[in-house]
Amino acid sequence: MFDLDKWQEIFAALKKNKMRTFLTAFGVFWGIFMLVIMLGSGRGLQNAVFDGMKDFATNSLFVWTQPTSEPYDGFPRGRRFYFRNDDIEALRNNIPEIDIIAPRLQAGGGTSSTDNVIRGIKTGSFTVNGDYPEWNLIDPVKMLDGRFLNHLDLLHRRKVAVIGDMVKNILFGKDEDPLGEYIRINGVYFQVVGVFSPLNSNIGFGGDKAQSIFIPFTTLQQTYNYGNIVGWFAITAREDIPVGIVDDKVRELLKRRHRVAPHDNHAIAGVNLEEQFIRVKGLFLGIDILVWIVGIGTLLAGVIGISNIMLIVVKERTKEIGIQRALGATPRKIISQIISESVFLTTIAGYMGLSLAVFLLELINRALLASGADNQAFKNPEVDLNIAIAALIILIVAGAFAGLMPANRAISIKPIDALRDE
Amino acid sequence: MITLQNIHKSYQMGLNPLHVLKGIDLQIEKGELVSIMGSSGSGKSTLLNIIGILDNHDEGEYKLDGKIIANLSETKAALLRNEYIGFVFQSFNLISFKNAMENVALPLYYKKISRKKRNKIAMDYLDKVGLLDWAEHMPNELSGGQKQRVAIARSLIARPKVILADEPTGALDSSTSYEVMEILRNINQEGITVIIVTHEDDISRMTKRVIKLKDGIIEADYVPKPLQNSSLNGSGSRLADKENVTLNIQT
Repeated sequence: MFDLDKWQEIFAALKKNKMRTFLTAFGVFWGIFMLVIMLGSGRGLQNAVFDGMKDFATNSLFVWTQPTSEPYDGFPRGRRFYFRNDDIEALRNNIPEIDIIAPRLQAGGGTSSTDNVIRGIKTGSFTVNGDYPEWNLIDPVKMLDGRFLNHLDLLHRRKVAVIGDMVKNILFGKDEDPLGEYIRINGVYFQVVGVFSPLNSNIGFGGDKAQSIFIPFTTLQQTYNYGNIVGWFAITAREDIPVGIVDDKVRELLKRRHRVAPHDNHAIAGVNLEEQFIRVKGLFLGIDILVWIVGIGTLLAGVIGISNIMLIVVKERTKEIGIQRALGATPRKIISQIISESVFLTTIAGYMGLSLAVFLLELINRALLASGADNQAFKNPEVDLNIAIAALIILIVAGAFAGLMPANRAISIKPIDALRDE
Repeated sequence: MITLQNIHKSYQMGLNPLHVLKGIDLQIEKGELVSIMGSSGSGKSTLLNIIGILDNHDEGEYKLDGKIIANLSETKAALLRNEYIGFVFQSFNLISFKNAMENVALPLYYKKISRKKRNKIAMDYLDKVGLLDWAEHMPNELSGGQKQRVAIARSLIARPKVILADEPTGALDSSTSYEVMEILRNINQEGITVIIVTHEDDISRMTKRVIKLKDGIIEADYVPKPLQNSSLNGSGSRLADKENVTLNIQT
């Protein structure tokens, strides 16, 4: 039942003891403020990282060749070898767990300093990737204009290019429509059929994705004399199949086909993205746990602070409590008064800490959005409302307990002793 | 109204028990104005606390308005205090962060009377003690006499049957003391039992019955010779009067 009088009493008592009230409240305020800020920051970091990996097929693996490290089958160590086009079919036919295979070949650009792409008087140094349309299923891009590569492009070895938005900005004027225009890549003209922007910036393979160009895999092989060489394979596992299994099978098959020693792990290098993903997730789980430990610790310190200050308050008010009891206040009334004070304080302070922290996070978020930075280390710092409310409830309950001990102490003192207290 | 039979009370002081009250038999009727006297350590405050249900007695029987007071829970004791007894203390014991009116109204808060109503009643009682204009003042803005008058108003507001005053004039100068005593006498005239603990002779002589305690037993119980107006100032005549008072010595 809401007892207005009681609350007026509580309010009066709190108001008349401003310093005490403030100190009590501050511990709690700080506790929940820190918890929320830390949780929000942790989440912001996490969002930024996962956002950078968003849409990327996390069940994927990448393999490429390196010089062998063991002599095998009559070959010396240090032999260079390359994947070939017929590996594609072999992989697909022999390993049913494979979902998508996207072979890829890179042609210059990227880190090289010489400009490899020219249009009129404008030039630039860009990564040129020979790709299958399946690439877009593994590392998707957002098509701003035109289309991505398709199988007919590969079949007919068309000289078409899909360019990144940065490429477009460098090679084309602001109002120019790049579609249908020609650009010269390493001396050969390609027709621009699409413009894309990368969806995830945190997973890259050398160079800024916005500064890369896709051309058909087959076209690249033929145009630049790569024969039937495949640079590397991007492979995804079927659903529910761990990438590790596919990884092992792929390596085994490729080693056999290229006469590499079965235990030569150096010859075929690769990245299992699932593993990386799990590792990153584990890292954030660790951060989360840390944040919670520190946050709950801070909160606990706040609650202990309340309990402590309530004890002092009770001591300070022993006489007042004695007077109230002489005037007919029942022990229940006294307990209820002290606990209500404690809970009221924690609630208000907790709510203020929560609000201010959320407000601050929102402010940071707005500032980040306004700055428009593309590659953010911090994104959408936010706190789960349920967690925030749970923290507040824990705090209120803790506040009640914090008040209980001093309240019991207060009534365990005989009124007469309380009155004598100086 | 108050019947005490063979009341004993000891306090544990360190290792040795301190026997403060050693068998008090006392009967106080409704409407009496009694003062309890004695030197310090005689047990007068302890007696008052037992009568006020602020403290428990160890042995004997205490009846308040026909009810036996023994082994009460704190809750029951608080309710009885609220209903029967009004306290006035030497150090006033006003709550420092409440103004005069709020202090007076406090006992009614424990009786669950609405704020508006109890504040209105509090104003009536403040008027009675002549402090209507000081209602909004905080205790630290009041003089000693004013504080005690607020305390008296507070003790009265719950319409108690007994007012217990523990050295009500102990912290006041003599003219203020007499003012306070005058108020207490007026209260008594309305039919409320008033019990005053004091060690001041002239204060006790303004009551209708004096109970003298010594070393935990009642040494004397007598009707004092009323204080003459002329003796209010002049210590010489007061001393002379004192010799005439021991008429009614109990053995």
